[in-house]
Amino acid sequence: MIVGILALQGAVREHRTSLERLGIESRIVKTMDGLRGLSGLVLPGGESTAMALLADSDFLGRLKALARSGFPMFGTCAGMILLATGVQGRSAGYIEAIDITVSRNASGRQVDSFETLLDIDEIGKDVPAVFIRAPYITGHGSTVRPMASHDGHCVMAREANILVASFHPELTEDTRVHEYFVGMVKETIP
Amino acid sequence: MEIKGTYRVKSGLAEMLKGGVIMDVTTAEQAKIAEAAGAVAVMALERVPADIRAQGGVARMADPKKVQEIMAAVTIPVMAKVRIGHFAEAQILQSLGVDYIDESEVLTPADPDYHINKWSYTVPFICGARNLGEACRRLAEGAAMIRTKGEPGTGNVIEAVRHMRMMNEQIRAVLAAPAEELMTMAKDLGAPYEMLLAIREHGRLPVVNFAAGGIATPADAALMMQLGCDGIFVGSGIFKSGDPAVRARAIVEATTHFEDAAKVASVSTGLGEAMSGIAIEEIPAHEMMQTRGQ
Repeated sequence: MIVGILALQGAVREHRTSLERLGIESRIVKTMDGLRGLSGLVLPGGESTAMALLADSDFLGRLKALARSGFPMFGTCAGMILLATGVQGRSAGYIEAIDITVSRNASGRQVDSFETLLDIDEIGKDVPAVFIRAPYITGHGSTVRPMASHDGHCVMAREANILVASFHPELTEDTRVHEYFVGMVKETIP
Repeated sequence: MEIKGTYRVKSGLAEMLKGGVIMDVTTAEQAKIAEAAGAVAVMALERVPADIRAQGGVARMADPKKVQEIMAAVTIPVMAKVRIGHFAEAQILQSLGVDYIDESEVLTPADPDYHINKWSYTVPFICGARNLGEACRRLAEGAAMIRTKGEPGTGNVIEAVRHMRMMNEQIRAVLAAPAEELMTMAKDLGAPYEMLLAIREHGRLPVVNFAAGGIATPADAALMMQLGCDGIFVGSGIFKSGDPAVRARAIVEATTHFEDAAKVASVSTGLGEAMSGIAIEEIPAHEMMQTRGQ
């Protein structure tokens, strides 16, 4: 199995390293053609406004169709914003794959960025998490499972084949969050 | 429990900017144009390097009012420049809440000998470097991101290429050297020994390295990305060109798709006038910016 990493811009290398540590082959994806033959896709952190401009409407449409078909996707930070159905301050989402509303830069500017340890449902305790100008999940539909919170804010959630996190597990050496996503991908392989 | 201002948090933001373009802006209006074109961050400054070069005088940190207007205008990170060694300007920018501080040779240096001790700030710093020794000294002072110095405000990419090739060559040498040669190498490069160990551990510079100083076209961006830069700064190249919005977008596309020549060709087509540019040989030695703050 090969997991793709959306590489329009952002922390691509770090996700590759996390997947490598788990012995999972990955491939960078910059165009629609690059999506062929993948078993799952990671949408990394970066700047969501820049990434959304670099993905044309055909590409976003293809990602939306893939998400609906049950294809596993994992979005961190900006990747979570791209996957959300609602983004505060915008009339619509981008890929709209998970029924959550997110608030961009909700944790503040860079001087407020921080590291912490999270207890994550189904994953484990004391998972190191790096929050960088992070978005928070401000609302979600009934089929979404919130998995972790920090300071009263929902920061990780799953709905069926879509997993999202406000923070950056890929900036740490702990691979438990990636291992969980790889488990989701493996479940879809017959 | 939250821990702010750790090195991982500081260098982490730079990791998020990889593969992107950071644009110099002097007004909120320009910042909006940059964001709409797909910039991953903007650099707030009083005058772009080409104007500093043309007008002369002392170039300082931008007016806080201007920085705040730019911060209010966009949702992407806002960086701002301080003079080399001017830690009071840095304190001011940190108190304003800017996302990154560039201790920059583009401005007139404030200290003839010393850079800022960047460890004592919560806000991360980026510094310019012409070679591995400079990069390692800045990292040891606490910088969390590096860029080539190039020769700012010239629209001439040759110096950025020179600095990136030098950096690559010196990193290759550090990686290939037998352990017993490292200390002498550190002495010769003027690089702290511990930084060379960090490079060997990572197999590369331990932080993000962007190209800066003279990038003016999508082809320049594609060139620097293929030389191994992690992203691109465009200073005067955008707002000194004929059609800033279109050129900005084209450089963003070329930075993402730098290996796809057909794509770079298509975005390079019909961009209008690029900034005119200066040959490096025409610049008197005392007007060179890259030799400031070594």
